[in-house]
Amino acid sequence: MSQSPDNSIVRNIADKEYEYGFTTDVETEIIPQGLSEEVVRLISAKKGEPEWLLEFRLEAFRYWQTLEQPSWGHVDLPPIDYQAISYYADPRGKKRGPTEIDPELEKTFNKLGIPLNERLALSGVAVDAVMDSVSVKTTFKQQLAERGIIFCSISEAVANHPELVRKYLGSVVPYRDNYFAALNSAVFSDGSFVYIPKGVRCPMELSTYFRINAINTGQFERTLIVCDDGGYVSYLEGCTAPMRDENQLHAAIVEIVVCQDAEVKYSTVQNWYPGDKEGKGGVYNLVTKRGLLRGDRSKLSWTQVETGSAITWKYPSCVLKGNNSVAEFYSVAVTNNHQQADTGTKMVHLGSNTRSTIVSKGISAGHSQNTYRGLVRMGNRADGSRNYSSCDSLLLSPTCGAHTFPYVDVNNPTCVVEHEATTSKISEDQLMYCTQRGIPPEEAVALIVNGYAKDVLNKLPMEFAVEAQKLLSVSLEGSVG
Amino acid sequence: MSSINQYIDLYLQHADLLNQGSHPLINAHRAAALSGLQTHGLPSRKDERYKYTDIDKALAPDYGLNLQRLSIPFSTRYQCRVPGMRSRLYHVVDDTLAGGDILDTPQIFVGPLTLFAERYPEKFKKYYDSESESGKSNALARLNTMLVQNGIVVFVAKGYKESDLLQFINLSAGGVPMLTNRRQLIILESGAEATILACNHSGSQIDHLTNEVVEVWQEEGSKLQYYTIDDTVASDSILNTTHIVQSAGSRLEYASITLSGGLARREVDIYLRGADASVQASGFVVGDGEQHVDNNLLVVHDAPACQSDVLYKYILDGQAVGAFAGKVYVSPGAEQTDSQETNANMCMSPEARMYTQPMLEIYADDVKCNHGSTVGQFNDNALFYMNQRGISPEDGRKLLQQAFAWDVIERIPLLPLRQRLMRMVESRFRLADSCNDCGICISKV
Repeated sequence: MSQSPDNSIVRNIADKEYEYGFTTDVETEIIPQGLSEEVVRLISAKKGEPEWLLEFRLEAFRYWQTLEQPSWGHVDLPPIDYQAISYYADPRGKKRGPTEIDPELEKTFNKLGIPLNERLALSGVAVDAVMDSVSVKTTFKQQLAERGIIFCSISEAVANHPELVRKYLGSVVPYRDNYFAALNSAVFSDGSFVYIPKGVRCPMELSTYFRINAINTGQFERTLIVCDDGGYVSYLEGCTAPMRDENQLHAAIVEIVVCQDAEVKYSTVQNWYPGDKEGKGGVYNLVTKRGLLRGDRSKLSWTQVETGSAITWKYPSCVLKGNNSVAEFYSVAVTNNHQQADTGTKMVHLGSNTRSTIVSKGISAGHSQNTYRGLVRMGNRADGSRNYSSCDSLLLSPTCGAHTFPYVDVNNPTCVVEHEATTSKISEDQLMYCTQRGIPPEEAVALIVNGYAKDVLNKLPMEFAVEAQKLLSVSLEGSVG
Repeated sequence: MSSINQYIDLYLQHADLLNQGSHPLINAHRAAALSGLQTHGLPSRKDERYKYTDIDKALAPDYGLNLQRLSIPFSTRYQCRVPGMRSRLYHVVDDTLAGGDILDTPQIFVGPLTLFAERYPEKFKKYYDSESESGKSNALARLNTMLVQNGIVVFVAKGYKESDLLQFINLSAGGVPMLTNRRQLIILESGAEATILACNHSGSQIDHLTNEVVEVWQEEGSKLQYYTIDDTVASDSILNTTHIVQSAGSRLEYASITLSGGLARREVDIYLRGADASVQASGFVVGDGEQHVDNNLLVVHDAPACQSDVLYKYILDGQAVGAFAGKVYVSPGAEQTDSQETNANMCMSPEARMYTQPMLEIYADDVKCNHGSTVGQFNDNALFYMNQRGISPEDGRKLLQQAFAWDVIERIPLLPLRQRLMRMVESRFRLADSCNDCGICISKV
């Protein structure tokens, strides 16, 4: 059956603009462009950080200077001029106090569907809203604090809980990990800090919303989640950026520490501006995310829906150190127009009887390139560990690319590792089945694509699943043809 | 300092001697290969395709080369016959055809590279090392081109179907540590057919490295069955580069079986350049001791409606290291590609290591590509089932190992060859010294 490229649904949706591409006119304090030790010191000073943190930043910066931008990804990443970026932008303005919020900012987040007013917010979701380099507001802090849960921006955590931050910062992703980790460690601005005390089940979803607004700035947020013994938290992350012709850099680090019997669910709906149809502009999303399953029987689940960004280069990973720990990775990565994504996961099994599952669904359309890259490593002490990986790619245009690069390293004979991958276009049989039952071809295609991603979308918390499904229809169905 | 320098120096010092022992048409390619080596050097383990094998280390020992073309004594008792199959047997010692009848008829040529260059210079020029300029040559192929003096050519003319099995027994038999640059050029004109079996054996326990290049050209509608077996000793290493170009409608059945040896690395690139070409590539590896077996496969679908089917299986024991990387690359426009790739592995001992990397790189949309890989152990239920029926755990494991191997062996369509290979695999599992035919292979355990 032909899927003609000029059918009406395709035309309608393909022309749909990036919904979150507006900018907010707010007085923003931006430091001059450029990166040097002075800039690192300035950022640290603006945030009133203690000496040890400044030292951490400076060490990272000095190390970063010795590195070269990596090029091994299956993306065409142009050289980035790190001196043409401003590393700190504070949209709260100079005059206001840190607790007051500019009504413009509040309006912006309302427009994005992230109400900062607790009364208007969906019950059950606490939000840390981050614009450019600073956290604008964190909601429900009080209610959470009653249970001993710390949920605040990382700057606040540095001020109020320095012992916790000092203990865990860089413990999962050290600044020497990679080029972008070193950069982030030097200049990181706001992100969220979560601490779940022993035996506490977080009563609501925690969520951070990241927004890049200011022009010629980069966002370098840092998120640190520590879930102590027997704790549970579900954490959501969302992000958007205005439409700009210039590329913007987003180099974040997410570190998660999961202690004994604890469970963390981390869900991301990534919708940075992907650039226009000709591939102009868009965010470079170069992120290091890693969780350390430190304790026995700990559990970490990454779920990601990647629809935005001009270039995505990220591998949310798990180090399964505790015995009987369980890790999961569910991903839908959609690329359209000229987007490029090289994403996947690393599962490093160190403890015995550890289990990991990888389900990755790639969907490529337009002229985009979509790559799954994954590593499953079984250490020599990972007796009886198991991994199952399934990576499917769907191709929606003759000019796009879908690639799969899985690495499996087995150093223990008692482990079982299974990997399977398929790449194909939409099955003619499925289309035929739908059309036989009176479903028009265009709708049938949409139906099949949604069904294809369902395995992963089902893993998202409900509010996010709805958003993710909407996103899929915008990002993807428009290109079916 | 890179170990390639010793070979570059050796070449610069003895280029005249090398040239004297070869043919001007072979010599004509040395300069470009040298320049490529000087520019690019050897790949390191940071290069994706060489991640699991250290080429620099493999070439580091001070190997000698048989520049003087001294004749190396060998035993023609190496028979490796395939019972029930008519075959033409050739012994290749070092890089030289040392035994077997040269065939030189309008339909078929089987003989030394130098003779082929002499008799058919135009054909030689058309095919020999012809892809190196397009950047498809790797460092090992360049090293071979720089140093090779002779080799083997199988040429089958248009429409001719060679019914006999062409069997090459490659022997590393020198009395001192040696580097052999072995070369095979296989050309099948349109509609031609041939079956080739290359057995690698070792006549001594002395360190020996073979740097082998196999170039295969298959024109329209030709059919080639090419099988290679490594049954050597721990001191024997092989670095193989195989470059296969298939035209429209051609069929290739390729199998590589590694039963014993030291380091064995095969880099096999298969280019499907014409519509409806198909390849079935299989591999089976039994590794123990300190064997290191690395199969690196690239299948490039450059034309529409081509099929590729890859199946590689490994059984690793002792401290053996196995690596498999198989990339299927589908170029833009190669629609209706059908590709299947499977890699299944078993680690039997705590020190065995397996690295597997099945990859897909796809730039066309109307394709059906699958790949799968597994690493695991024997099914306990199957062992228990056999145990219940009086089969000892040890015998049960052997049976399961054979069944595991059978999936690969059964893909070989010629029954006598299939039976012969299965027998070899069985005797390998019994850790028998030889494949039982001539009984003269030296002890491997």
